[in-house]
Amino acid sequence: MNKTVNQKAWFLVLPVFLLVAFSAVIPLMTVINYSVQDTFGNNVFSWVGLDWFEEIIHSQRMHESLGRQAMLTTIILLIEVPFGIFIALNMPKKGFWASFCLVVIALPLLIPWNVVGTIWQIFGRKDIGLLGHTLASMGIEYNYAQDVLSAWITIVVMDVWHWTSLIVLLCYAGLQSIPDAYYQAAKIDQASRWSVFRYIELPKMSGVLLIAILLRFMDSFMIYSEPFVLTGGGPGNSTTFLSIDLVNMALGQFDLGPASAYSLMYFLVVLLVSWVFFTVMTSIDKKGAV
Amino acid sequence: MAKIIFKDLAHSYLPHPKSLADYALQKINLEFEDGAAYALLGPSGCGKSTLLNIISGILVPSEGKIFFDDKDVTYADTVKRNIAQVFQFPVVYDTMSVRKNLAFPLRNRGEDPTYIKHRVETIAKSIGMEDILDTKASGLSADAKQKISLGRGMVREDVNAILLDEPLTVIDPHVKWELRTQLKALHEEFSHTMIFVTHDQTEALTFADKVVVMNDGIVVQVGSPKELFEKPAHTFVGYFIGSPGMNLFEADVVGDVVTLGDIRLKLNRAYRKLTGRIELGIRPEFIKLSDKSGDMEIDINRVEDIGYHKIVRAKHRDMHIDIIVPEDIKITQDMRYISFDMDHIFIYEDGWLVEAKEGRSE
Repeated sequence: MNKTVNQKAWFLVLPVFLLVAFSAVIPLMTVINYSVQDTFGNNVFSWVGLDWFEEIIHSQRMHESLGRQAMLTTIILLIEVPFGIFIALNMPKKGFWASFCLVVIALPLLIPWNVVGTIWQIFGRKDIGLLGHTLASMGIEYNYAQDVLSAWITIVVMDVWHWTSLIVLLCYAGLQSIPDAYYQAAKIDQASRWSVFRYIELPKMSGVLLIAILLRFMDSFMIYSEPFVLTGGGPGNSTTFLSIDLVNMALGQFDLGPASAYSLMYFLVVLLVSWVFFTVMTSIDKKGAV
Repeated sequence: MAKIIFKDLAHSYLPHPKSLADYALQKINLEFEDGAAYALLGPSGCGKSTLLNIISGILVPSEGKIFFDDKDVTYADTVKRNIAQVFQFPVVYDTMSVRKNLAFPLRNRGEDPTYIKHRVETIAKSIGMEDILDTKASGLSADAKQKISLGRGMVREDVNAILLDEPLTVIDPHVKWELRTQLKALHEEFSHTMIFVTHDQTEALTFADKVVVMNDGIVVQVGSPKELFEKPAHTFVGYFIGSPGMNLFEADVVGDVVTLGDIRLKLNRAYRKLTGRIELGIRPEFIKLSDKSGDMEIDINRVEDIGYHKIVRAKHRDMHIDIIVPEDIKITQDMRYISFDMDHIFIYEDGWLVEAKEGRSE
């Protein structure tokens, strides 16, 4: 087939181009613009080069937020991935209960982030919250507004509650695509339950699992609304994660220059880690015989 | 290694079957001899997969029993029956090497490592994979994967039978032939009982010592390929096997005289009084076309030359007749007569073959 050359076709791309420009390119350029300049108001800017970047790289505040963020993401992934796989493996394969489980499991995913924060904020209160009150009446010290450990546990449990479903749904889809013959063959070969998981289910799930882990990494690394509503970053700075810290700097202190440098580096870290994740996991997939 | 015996076996997927039509598999008594190669042949939905699942233990028959030698295994599961199965689509453990795939059933049974190594190498050699033993299985072609599945089935020496459930479905046509030949060779080498399910008559006839032909949940005939061809026990076997299938004509039979519409033929044997739907069957190979007089006058509709012989599609009134003519005979305008080879005429009553009375009528 001959392709016709028609340069006018570029105009068809124009709407999307404009949309992307307004939604992504222009805001990003603004951030870059701020990150290399300083201003004292009145729309007067002065060039400062990479000073802001240098300042942020050496700022202890950013290091601490990054540390907290890394810890949270690690904990969340370590809990949600195995837990999600476990639930997916134990869900009914077909029939009424399969649909029922799917709906119940999908429910948390439909709730907006800040609502999730509010739910848990109230749930954990000592005076009116079911969880907080129950724990208090059992004599357990639990106060997410004052105790660091309580705050962390609440945030982790909240995220597990909100997002394990995503991993469950993706793994479940992966499991459903395995033909019955594989299980029959494994049975004939007298494979143990662990072997079935290790040699049939896990390999067949690996593709979707990679996507699930990547999504969970990115989302948890950029978590904002839930901890913000629940703890506001406290007690002290103990749950001030990267995005909360960034917003404090940008909107609380109105330090637009450093905040822009901060957000650009934040963006690059997410991009870099996602890339490393993806490369490592796909290469594991392609690696020769085990 | 065992003989597989079905005793009054029947299966229905309904809890309370009322009529015969409710059965996926109607009552059968059958014996699979130890070490023989069988094919289960029939169209889709004829019950052959049901039968296979009953042998492998995935399905418990609703009536009757199944024995391995004299052991009742009706309620035993697949593992206890010690059966191997090759599925329609190749099942390999993707992350393992070919070697580990082949060793897997033995390792799970806790066999001795030196024995496993030796056994895996023997099997690999038989399926022609000794060079790629350490390659990862996931990257191989469909036929190579299917060979691995087969190898995994044969790696255990003590399996009672190897069941092959349409194993060549996803294989390219030009490799099919090779794989089928190899399968046959493997059978001769290791002499496991093999049961091969297929809807393809060529596969069945080339592979099996004995073919079990099924239709609508009934085993219509069990026999060697030669028997199925030369003496079909049912009209279904007649037209399902052979290309083209057997010619079947509505007929009336009284003693040794058969009436086909306006034509009367004298047979070389006599029959008892028949009731029901009577048909005369004759394979196209046993009809002779000539330009002199014959048993019947025909009009030729079409001649298909398929290289090694010609298929003549002809008509007499509203009867359609297929005739196979050797390649070297030239078909002319005057060839308007056919004659039947009397030894190969069969009479069917409601689909089933009727044996002639003892002795010839002459």
